[in-house]
Amino acid sequence: MKAADFDYLRPSSLAEALTCLSQNVGVAQPLAGGQSLMPMMNFRVATPEVLIDLADIPDLRGVTELDGMLRIGAMTTYRDLTRITDRVPLLGLALPHIAHDAIRNRGTIGGSVALADPAAEMPALLLALGGVIELAGPDGQREVAADDFFQGYYATDRAEDELIVAIRLAVAKPGDSFGFYELTQRHGDYALAGVAIAHAPDLRIAFFGISDRPIRLPELEAALTAGTDPGPALDQIEFEGDLKASAATRRHYARVVLDRALAGMTS
Amino acid sequence: MTGPATIFDRPNRYIGQPTPRADAARLLAGRGRFVDDIQLPRMVHAAFHRSPHAHARIVSVDVTAARAASGVLGVWTGAEMAALVTPYVGVLTHMAGLRSAPQHPLAVDVARWQGEPLVMIVARSRAEAEDAAELVEVDYEELPPACDATTALAKDAAVIHADFGSNLAWERKVDVGDIDAAFAQPGVQIVEREFRFGRHTGVTLESRGTVCEFDPSEGCLTMHYSGQAPHMMQVILSRLMSLPEENVRVISNDVGGSFGIKIHTYGDELAAAVAARALGRPVKFVADRMESFLTDIHARDHVVKARMGVTASGTIVGIDMHDLTGIGPFSMYPRTSAIECNQVLNLTGAPYTMQHYRAHGQVVFQNKNLMCQYRAVGHPIAMAVADGLLEDAARVIGMDPVELRRRNLMADDSYPRSSTAGMKLDDLSHQAALKKLCEIMDYDGLRAEQARLREQGIFRGIGFVSMVEVTNPSPMFYGIGGAPIASQDGATVRLDAGGALHVSSSITEQGQGTNGILAQIAAGVFGVDIDRVKVTTGDTGTVPYGGGTWASRGAGIGGEAMLLAAQALKEQVLDVAAVMLQSEPGLLDIRGGAVVDAATGAERMGLADLARTVYYRGNELPSDLKPELIATRHYRVTDFPFVFTNGAMAAHVEVDPETGFVKVLHFWAVEDCGRVINPMLVDEQVRGGVVQGIGGALYEECLYSDDGQLLNATMADYMVPMAAEMPEITVAHIETPTKTSFLGAKGAGEAGTGGAPAAILNAVNDALQPMGATIWQMPMTPERILKVLGKV
Repeated sequence: MKAADFDYLRPSSLAEALTCLSQNVGVAQPLAGGQSLMPMMNFRVATPEVLIDLADIPDLRGVTELDGMLRIGAMTTYRDLTRITDRVPLLGLALPHIAHDAIRNRGTIGGSVALADPAAEMPALLLALGGVIELAGPDGQREVAADDFFQGYYATDRAEDELIVAIRLAVAKPGDSFGFYELTQRHGDYALAGVAIAHAPDLRIAFFGISDRPIRLPELEAALTAGTDPGPALDQIEFEGDLKASAATRRHYARVVLDRALAGMTS
Repeated sequence: MTGPATIFDRPNRYIGQPTPRADAARLLAGRGRFVDDIQLPRMVHAAFHRSPHAHARIVSVDVTAARAASGVLGVWTGAEMAALVTPYVGVLTHMAGLRSAPQHPLAVDVARWQGEPLVMIVARSRAEAEDAAELVEVDYEELPPACDATTALAKDAAVIHADFGSNLAWERKVDVGDIDAAFAQPGVQIVEREFRFGRHTGVTLESRGTVCEFDPSEGCLTMHYSGQAPHMMQVILSRLMSLPEENVRVISNDVGGSFGIKIHTYGDELAAAVAARALGRPVKFVADRMESFLTDIHARDHVVKARMGVTASGTIVGIDMHDLTGIGPFSMYPRTSAIECNQVLNLTGAPYTMQHYRAHGQVVFQNKNLMCQYRAVGHPIAMAVADGLLEDAARVIGMDPVELRRRNLMADDSYPRSSTAGMKLDDLSHQAALKKLCEIMDYDGLRAEQARLREQGIFRGIGFVSMVEVTNPSPMFYGIGGAPIASQDGATVRLDAGGALHVSSSITEQGQGTNGILAQIAAGVFGVDIDRVKVTTGDTGTVPYGGGTWASRGAGIGGEAMLLAAQALKEQVLDVAAVMLQSEPGLLDIRGGAVVDAATGAERMGLADLARTVYYRGNELPSDLKPELIATRHYRVTDFPFVFTNGAMAAHVEVDPETGFVKVLHFWAVEDCGRVINPMLVDEQVRGGVVQGIGGALYEECLYSDDGQLLNATMADYMVPMAAEMPEITVAHIETPTKTSFLGAKGAGEAGTGGAPAAILNAVNDALQPMGATIWQMPMTPERILKVLGKV
């Protein structure tokens, strides 16, 4: 279980990284925390010819706050995110569910968002919070709403020659409330089903681990806002089954996690 | 107890004490010496092309590109390897009718399971070997696979070994009493269930591996082996590679867990030895985790249909069962894959006084990885079937499951006796163990709490098992059937010039503390401080001849040999001391590293003084005194095929009916392993075993597709229980020493794994009872529980 041969580049600026990427489109893979990419390379499921390590790029680090928004560098680790849970309480609810300490020490928010594992917590959290993903590419910078970013299994709006630079999330205001619930058979596993909820002040609900991407349903949010049965809205989801739970079981779990997250909303 | 009481109650008494093991600090400091830590000059690395199909004819193999790849030093196809290794067949003569086909290290004409090695590549690095393995081109003609054990005997099933005409490997029938007549008696109620036990595997922390080196100048092969039976491997390598036995040395240094996984003949390890001889260079093969999942022996894979008859007053009349076991395409060499089913037939209902027992076991070939002996061979199946039916019967007749057990467990004063299936039993304590269990868990209090919580919609369950464990096997286990597996073990104790003991033993250490208990026994029996004892195990070049550590035999057999050797050396030393001190041996003793006056304890002579005189200044001794400051003794179990232990265990669980999740809240184990040599080690053995039992009951399963693809061969997808899922595990003991030895120790290594699944199954069904559901399939995954609850 050794990775196939690859070249290793370690740029020291964003501009240099983008150049590396554009010169190796199709054969290069950016490396963030490596908590998913390295195992995939060792299994030879991922066989990039060029690995571009983003560890030395100052522009991808750090958290700044401006006008009620947090700008979180893409290379911010889960461990460092624990320092801003007072500003983004939903992070505080979600982070303990992400794997284990060793992974949280290395894994990054940008890496998770870029990978777009449908069972991961961060993409759903961005969706629930109405987050924005900042991208940089050869033609400059652009930003994409989380609602438009996640497109399917490990598929996002990021072009191959682009890098995620930062994530923007709104700072919680007094009166906002949040909920989070995740079902895993063992602590730290990928979710059998999970949901992240923000009531800030609009109700935004994002499921994860039940379909090919994090799922947000306006009909569901409308039903719950109006106090009507959310069941019909849930039926619109195309549930996905795997070894651990069938699509039917995930349909069942979606309702369970929704009810439990709503019952546990905190401000 | 027939032994002199002084051994267990004298100065330097270590037997029975929670003595920390000497190697724990070294291992925690990262100074373990595991196979992958070995770096030898000119060492090269092996990787394998493995079959991607469960069943396929190998039409052609092209290794041209692989041979030419960077760093490659050798490539062997199945046919090339077969020419260098005698084929091996996993049968034993005492397992009448068992059949299996000849095996080769690498598949030759037909691949019979996904992951079977086909081509070996040896290169300068493992990465280069893997690169070259990707260049191997094999033209496969896929054959219809027979994967599902339940259909492997169907008329239209693909036959894996054409010569056999069917996929039946072995079958056995047991028929005691008259079960049909007994079940037809008026007032006898029958409970009937179909149990399913998924395949799982051992998941050792250190994966299987070997470094093999061959010295052509002496014609000697050395295998550094992560395993449990060095002398067995020595014979196997000698036979299969046509080397003189004395020219094969097998060394097991630190072993990072084995659980029965590493006690078999694996083609990839054999191939590494062959390559080392061919290349004249050390060859390392260490299985990566995916190779481990695909090729480390799997365990269980049973479908059991079983009935129990019980009277309204709570007499268990008998059990009638059929066990079907899928073992993969071959019976594993040399222990065979029929032992598991044989154990199920031997052990089901063994704690109970029932008069009638009928069992039919069938072992079938299938196109999955090989199944063989893993910790608690057959026990979890036997215990879950008998005690699952017992608690089902208790519900039917409206009797408390503890009371139903009390009425049917053998009386503690009724031994020696036989079980219904004919097992010879002695020195057991089922009734006392169950009584103690109910006390330590506060059974009545738990039941009251359970009733209270049910009114709040919280569903907790309490489940039990009363169990036996096969330990300390005699020659009747393997040797009688022709396997090259020693049933006796030896121990050597040597007094060194500095007054320290150097001891060696043929039992092995794979993480459970074997070396620690050997030091305890030697120090305590001989009479030195334990830090003056150094222990060597696991090297056929230096230790006495013996079987190794498996089947919960290390402490009971190897420990007894060490006791006898230490006693013998003590007598020899006292003979010398008596001459030097002009005293009588009977008036002297050895305590705290010195020869003392037995009556007063006054020191007469330090052991170092004695030894130095013997070794350096023999001129001071009478010429007719011929001191031997070394003693070796061997021990085997006689009179009994096995020394059975017993235990009683209970699980307290909570089932979330909305999610199907099971949380184990607490687990209790009362174990009677005879004399406890080191309570700390025994308790952790029991706890570790319980954890593996929890794994089998709730989490672990090798999931195959219908066409024989293993779907979860990673640690992310194959779920082992982790620290966060572990309940408090309370361990208590009843000590009924076995009369078969002075030491009185029985085995303790497998009890938890053997008993925990049954207790958890019963606890889950107890929790489900108010909802009218039961589950009989392991692992009891959330989805399976939701299904029996009708939620999905």
